[in-house]
Amino acid sequence: MSTSPLSNAQVQWVAFQTIVTKEIRRFMRIWQQTLLPPAITMSLYFIIFGNLIGSRIGSMDGVDYMAYIVPGLIMMSVITNAYGNVSSSFFSNKFQRSIEEVMVAPVHPFTILAGYVCGGVARGVAVGIIVTLLSLYFTHLQVHNFWVMSSVILLSAVLFSLGGFINAVFATKFDDVAIIPTFVITPLTYLGGVFYSISLLPDFWQDVSKLNPILYMVNTFRYGVLGISDINIWFAFGMLGFFVVVLGAYSLWLLKRGTGMRQ
Amino acid sequence: MVAALAVKNLTKVYGNGFEALKGITLEVQQGDFFALLGPNGAGKSTTLGIVCGLVQKTSGEATVMGYDVNDDAFNARRMLGVVPQEFNFNQFEKVIDIVVNQAGYFGIRKAEAEANAEELLKALDLWEKKDQQSRMLSGGMKRRLMIARALVHKPQVLILDEPTAGVDIELRRSMWEFMVELNKQGTTIILTTHYLEEAEQLCRNIAIINKGEIVQSTSVRALLSQLTTETFVFDLNDKVSPDITLGDFPVKVTGDDSLEVTVAKGQSINEIFAMLTGQGVQVRSMRTKSNRLEELFVNLVREGKA
Repeated sequence: MSTSPLSNAQVQWVAFQTIVTKEIRRFMRIWQQTLLPPAITMSLYFIIFGNLIGSRIGSMDGVDYMAYIVPGLIMMSVITNAYGNVSSSFFSNKFQRSIEEVMVAPVHPFTILAGYVCGGVARGVAVGIIVTLLSLYFTHLQVHNFWVMSSVILLSAVLFSLGGFINAVFATKFDDVAIIPTFVITPLTYLGGVFYSISLLPDFWQDVSKLNPILYMVNTFRYGVLGISDINIWFAFGMLGFFVVVLGAYSLWLLKRGTGMRQ
Repeated sequence: MVAALAVKNLTKVYGNGFEALKGITLEVQQGDFFALLGPNGAGKSTTLGIVCGLVQKTSGEATVMGYDVNDDAFNARRMLGVVPQEFNFNQFEKVIDIVVNQAGYFGIRKAEAEANAEELLKALDLWEKKDQQSRMLSGGMKRRLMIARALVHKPQVLILDEPTAGVDIELRRSMWEFMVELNKQGTTIILTTHYLEEAEQLCRNIAIINKGEIVQSTSVRALLSQLTTETFVFDLNDKVSPDITLGDFPVKVTGDDSLEVTVAKGQSINEIFAMLTGQGVQVRSMRTKSNRLEELFVNLVREGKA
């Protein structure tokens, strides 16, 4: 048995790879709980809202209704799965105390955070790809701007992974990791322009809708796919970047303090 | 030579105001087999928790192989392997993955990690269980899994927090042999235990902690030399009179064919055998009434030296 001396950078890189690989293997191992349910749910959305109801609606902002809702449904899948992956995995490790495995090792808090966030992004993107492939059965998708589309997906997945991490840090029981998705993320997603353009709303409700951050993510992604948006996409990128930095810094601070983990 | 573990004026006050450590100072030399003893809630696990980064100290210093556990946590943690008191691995992960992943957290690449894991799991009789989920293992196997996990990066200092708690006698003995061999190879071992026989048999040096303070820190030999008397139990082949006397030795008849005899420092047990033989009583077997270290430990904690 031999162990050669390693630099801090080498240790952090291997530790990062270990955490990411472990996280990906975790959600792949329980694919019936992680990958299959969003595929079934989104197929039902496509059939009911897209095909059955959508055929009566016709078009939205000049686009076939089915094609209009697809970007929003993809974004909804990505953010809920990125959030859910980190919150459930990190809380489960905390609950079983297996988080101590990394805490007694020479792993920097940034490496731990990056590893879990990349795991969340990987699941969010994996589900996003599955939902995209399913949507191709129902409608034809174009790509208006690949870079806008991919960067907003990645930034949103990172942001919601960070949110899931913070949720898990403060959670003390499994119910606590279900409260935010149920009572905050899901309502904001439904009211975030997934199924309609906010131009259909009275001015007052349009202004209220613009306080919803998910509206910006959905519309920016829709712009990347279809070339239409209710909002300024550069403002959306600025806002996303700002919140990623703020939540990232806060998550690191929590990890360094050992909140919820260290006595 | 730099100390394997050095703790100076270490204090810990928990959020509820409980003062778990009241400025303890302790040093463990490289290559030592060291025991930290104390009753429940004495501060053993808090001390070790601070050393391995699971508990935040309130004040004081702690170093591992000369590296400060807070200011140079990277190097301090690389030197340490930790076997905690409670099972703390993911119950749904495979045995092999738990050990290999732990190596990864220490920067060891997969091929080397797998080789190390195989060697350790074979040495600890867990290789056949490598593909089982950890929750399927027995209690003893789980303890051995935590030892394999703690050693996969080949640490210079191994901390074991009650490693044989709840383990059957046979397995405990085999774990002792494993730890002794590891210590012979140069690994410094620090353990906490409730089994004082374990500390007496394995450790060269010992510290007794009570109510957050170090009561004694010395060699096991020096500690045992503090004993002024020792009580032996004699099981006999013949019945004895309840009024039997054995010269200066205090005797207590505990049954028709058993005696307890207290022997003071400087007295010889041979005299007891001679007196019993002279009275026509044959001894079937003899044993100490309680573990010697246990007597001292109880006295130290009870007498208010603590």
